[in-house]
Amino acid sequence: MANVASTTASAGTELTARALREAVFSGLITLGLFVLFVGLETTQNIRNELVLNQRWGLLVIFVVVAMVGRFLMVAYAQPWLAQRKAAKAAAPDVAKEETFFSRNFSKIAIIALVLYPPVIVALLGVQGSLKWVDNFGIQILIYVMLAWGLNIVVGLAGLLDLGYVAFYAVGAYSYALLSSYFGLSFWVLLPVAGLLAACWGVILGFPVLRLRGDYLAIVTLAFGEIIRLVLINWTEVTKGTFGVSGIAKATLFGLKFDATKTGFAAMMGLPMSSAYYKIFLFYLILALALLTAFVTIRLRRMPIGRAWEALREDEIACRSLGINTTTTKLTAFATGAMFGGFAGSFFAVRQGFVSPESFVFLESAVILAIVVLGGMGSLTGIAIAAVVMIGGTEILRELAFLKVVFGPNFTPELYRMLIFGLAMVVVMVWKPRGFVGSREPTAFLRERRAVSGSFTKEGHG
Amino acid sequence: MEYFIQQLVNGLTLGSIYGMIAIGYTMVYGIIGMINFAHGDIFMLGGFAALIVFLLLTTFMAGVPVVLALLLMMIVGMLTAALWNWTIERVAYRPLRGSFRLAPLITAIGMSIVLSNFIQVTQGPRNKPIPPLVSSVYDLFGITVSLKQIIIVVITAILLSVFWYIVNRTPLGRAQRATEQDSKMAALLGVDVDRTISVTFIMGAALAAVAGTLYLMYYGVVVFTDGFAPGVKAFTAAVLGGIGSLPGAVLGGLLIGLIESLWSAYFTIDYKDVATFSILAIVLIFKPSGILGRPEVEKV
Repeated sequence: MANVASTTASAGTELTARALREAVFSGLITLGLFVLFVGLETTQNIRNELVLNQRWGLLVIFVVVAMVGRFLMVAYAQPWLAQRKAAKAAAPDVAKEETFFSRNFSKIAIIALVLYPPVIVALLGVQGSLKWVDNFGIQILIYVMLAWGLNIVVGLAGLLDLGYVAFYAVGAYSYALLSSYFGLSFWVLLPVAGLLAACWGVILGFPVLRLRGDYLAIVTLAFGEIIRLVLINWTEVTKGTFGVSGIAKATLFGLKFDATKTGFAAMMGLPMSSAYYKIFLFYLILALALLTAFVTIRLRRMPIGRAWEALREDEIACRSLGINTTTTKLTAFATGAMFGGFAGSFFAVRQGFVSPESFVFLESAVILAIVVLGGMGSLTGIAIAAVVMIGGTEILRELAFLKVVFGPNFTPELYRMLIFGLAMVVVMVWKPRGFVGSREPTAFLRERRAVSGSFTKEGHG
Repeated sequence: MEYFIQQLVNGLTLGSIYGMIAIGYTMVYGIIGMINFAHGDIFMLGGFAALIVFLLLTTFMAGVPVVLALLLMMIVGMLTAALWNWTIERVAYRPLRGSFRLAPLITAIGMSIVLSNFIQVTQGPRNKPIPPLVSSVYDLFGITVSLKQIIIVVITAILLSVFWYIVNRTPLGRAQRATEQDSKMAALLGVDVDRTISVTFIMGAALAAVAGTLYLMYYGVVVFTDGFAPGVKAFTAAVLGGIGSLPGAVLGGLLIGLIESLWSAYFTIDYKDVATFSILAIVLIFKPSGILGRPEVEKV
């Protein structure tokens, strides 16, 4: 008995010693990483010269946090995790019962989304609902739609596209320019914008047909940048960096959302508020996003969708089975681009203003990140990822109470993208297959079984 | 004619910087087959480290000779950038090795966002201008060559020779090449693959930091968004030269630099990046593996 106790005790001290060693080591690394950037700050003085501002206290906090964090991690968190893993492995496999909630998740989610604006209005009043419907509802749904559109290219056809935002830009500018030059309405221009974006998808698709993998990625990235640079420099038409402003609003069967007598509020006998237009936009983007999802689901059951998935898994096998890879790739590009174009024209009508600023590479990266983090191919996973990533960063705008903790100069917005980037890394390392790591197969023998992501080559959708 | 040669000189200078960054991309791609999107931001980070060292020197040791100052800036920049890249590889890429292809790409993009925003948060979003370090200008047969340009080209040449020597003539370089060709086989034959990959990241970061220092010296200003445009162009250079090929990266860098300065000289400066990217697309259509790249053999 005594012997056993002493071995556990010595193992304990050994663990503590190792934890201490690792803590010191990570402290040193942290010191090296941050000594220049956190310890010193470059600021301009009154004569506009750069001077250094010393912040050694902050540096010490960073180092101490890293050391304590590493110590706790090695001494307590890791043994606990290992224990839990061992316990899990020892326990017999219990087939997970599908609960009512998980079976009907998408139906419940759609109903919740439809009910979202009235509930918010009921809770917070018409004016109070503005922020929640606009910043959270519409903003997230735009990204859901974009990510679902990109999912067709990346998740289904397996073509890595780093310039998806180009099609978004084409859609937005199609609406902005055609409506301000020719006065056409949103409902006419929505399909036009989608068609134009699809055309651009084909135009981009042709040269890159021969390219694979990362070469394709870099050319699509270059294409995205080219579109943005043209938008900036072709000032006669696009007004350059100033952007196009005063874009016409959308109407509901000719019913305008303005303060006139024939406007929506007056017709319905309601007091004038911009919230109605936002709620209308919310339902519009919800419908567009659901259309994207519907088309994706249906296409996957058609020969073309099957061909996309086959292309993703093995291009050579695909070709030897007689699938025309050229048309398969081009349709994937065109379909994905079309939904990007729809989202773009919606973006233009929502903002009332477009400028090249909105279509930087970072946007493409964010959309791609949502697709991959959600678990490529899984529509539910992608929607969850969009809610977590976009909603999470939007919430940071609301954290005014942190000012009490960190002092009045603290602005949480500054840290928005920093945290977004960190979240991308953490989620990816934690769940490399994305939030939804398995999916339902489209083609199956007798019984439909979920396929683990690890068995498919890329993505799994 | 003189104007043309003048533009060649300018293009060569710019191309040297791109080439040095491109090597980091191409080496990492060669060894683990991923686009290290954070590499451009490592370059920016190196520039910032050099800037802070420069300010430290001017504040506390006024009157340091310029050569020593530049050397210190470069060394500290290299160390800092190397440590960052090493840490990033450990934290964000190593856990995902053997995972599917897009996972490390996403963490790399995430790290790129983290790095540029980290610098924005800690150092402020403004442009950081410094007084010119070297300002001598020489006139050779009607062509103006500044000392800055000579320094950049000479340092690039020296570092690339050192680098070439390491990769081709040392055990470390052999381990790198072996890992690049077949990491599993290399591991079986006693190459420490993890260590080799770490060293590759460190070497790439060191070169990028030197490029960052030279960039700071050449333009006299650095800002937290500086990682993106040179990063993308350097990656374009790596692809243009044939990704995975070291001479290709340098050649691609020089070509991109030349295209950029010649286009700005003879056409409009606004569309110089469009020209660069279009040429990339055209080259890849006719030679999908880049200028010096080995054609990709697809195994069935």
